[in-house]
Amino acid sequence: MAKALPRLLVVLLALLLAAALFAAVFDLPQPAVDLPAQVAANLAQTGVEHPVTAVLLNYRGYDTLLEIAVLLLALLGVLAIAGKPATRTAERVDPVLQMLARIAVPLMILVAGYLLWAGAHRPGGAFQAGAVLAAAAVLLNLAGLLPAWSTPGKLLRLGLSAGFLVFLAVAAGLLAGGELLRYPPQLAGGLILLIEAGLTGSIGLILAGLFLLTSERGRSR
Amino acid sequence: MSAGLIYALTGVLLFVMGAAGVVLLDHLLRKILAFNLLGSGAFLVMVGLAQRGGGVDPVPHAMVLTGIVVSVAATALALALARRLLAVDADPEQD
Amino acid sequence: MSMSLSLSFDVLLAFALLWSAWRSLSTPDLSRAVVMFIVFGLLMTLAWARLDAPDIALAEAAIGAGLTGALLLDALATLRGKRKATLDG
Repeated sequence: MAKALPRLLVVLLALLLAAALFAAVFDLPQPAVDLPAQVAANLAQTGVEHPVTAVLLNYRGYDTLLEIAVLLLALLGVLAIAGKPATRTAERVDPVLQMLARIAVPLMILVAGYLLWAGAHRPGGAFQAGAVLAAAAVLLNLAGLLPAWSTPGKLLRLGLSAGFLVFLAVAAGLLAGGELLRYPPQLAGGLILLIEAGLTGSIGLILAGLFLLTSERGRSR
Repeated sequence: MSAGLIYALTGVLLFVMGAAGVVLLDHLLRKILAFNLLGSGAFLVMVGLAQRGGGVDPVPHAMVLTGIVVSVAATALALALARRLLAVDADPEQD
Repeated sequence: MSMSLSLSFDVLLAFALLWSAWRSLSTPDLSRAVVMFIVFGLLMTLAWARLDAPDIALAEAAIGAGLTGALLLDALATLRGKRKATLDG
């Protein structure tokens, strides 16, 4: 009984919050700035044709720069926490899963490359491509073809931080010329592709690392 | 009652469910699940209301995309913390 | 209120989202809770597609349902293994 009363209070508060948010959703004022019109009006100068990619990499490029930094921080946190891996007894590896992994992973790498390239013109981009690469790495680990990671070596560290460093370098170079992340219109497309390529590799490695640093399959010692 | 409004209201309910779950549930893993539901509810509200102006507003799309990636990173960090916490704990946790 | 076919699909999808979220939080079996969460993630992918957000749908399918689901299942398996070890040893 002593435990039921606070729980009931929480449920009541939650229902009150739901009612208040319902009322808010029905009663929203009109936005002061017409953002879709602004996005569409300047789309030709952004260097890409897809509005979401333009918002992510050009209009709000600063947010994406901070986002890759946050991803890197999360990976550092997982690295710090992961600690000494416990060895699991060797699991039987399914040969059908291994064959599936061998067939699917090259196709997934191809799909990731396509998504990276297509992000300029249609739905796609660095995040989706990086996610597909990370999924390929997880599939390889589950099939027993890729061992779990312990402390990353120099090359892996370079790959993990490359996306952030490339983005930071472009931002610093542009800052020397004027404002932060203001691409010159004729270079915008190329710069965005360069940044997205770095982001794809890094996001793939970081997301894969989030899984593989805590997994225990195939870990030696 | 447009489609966007339906999803926005669903997002509100998911948000409140997730918030109540984070407070009320005991097991760490369940709290992490509830936290993810809370985030997904918030994303639904943002994108559901993006269709208000007649066209499709790409700015909330970009924000939600960023949000999904950051929330998976936060979930991974939370799970690593939970593993360490529950490994040091002497008593086996209740489900 | 005239309900066209697409609007009724949206209502059904909303109900499915709420139901899978509720089951994920309320079921006593933890592995079932994780599976229902993955189902929720896939239903969210459908919702993003219905909301004209294909970029988000791609990301949700790969990251929200796929990677988060893999992380949760792996964490669950590790916790179960440790618990069994504590009980046996």
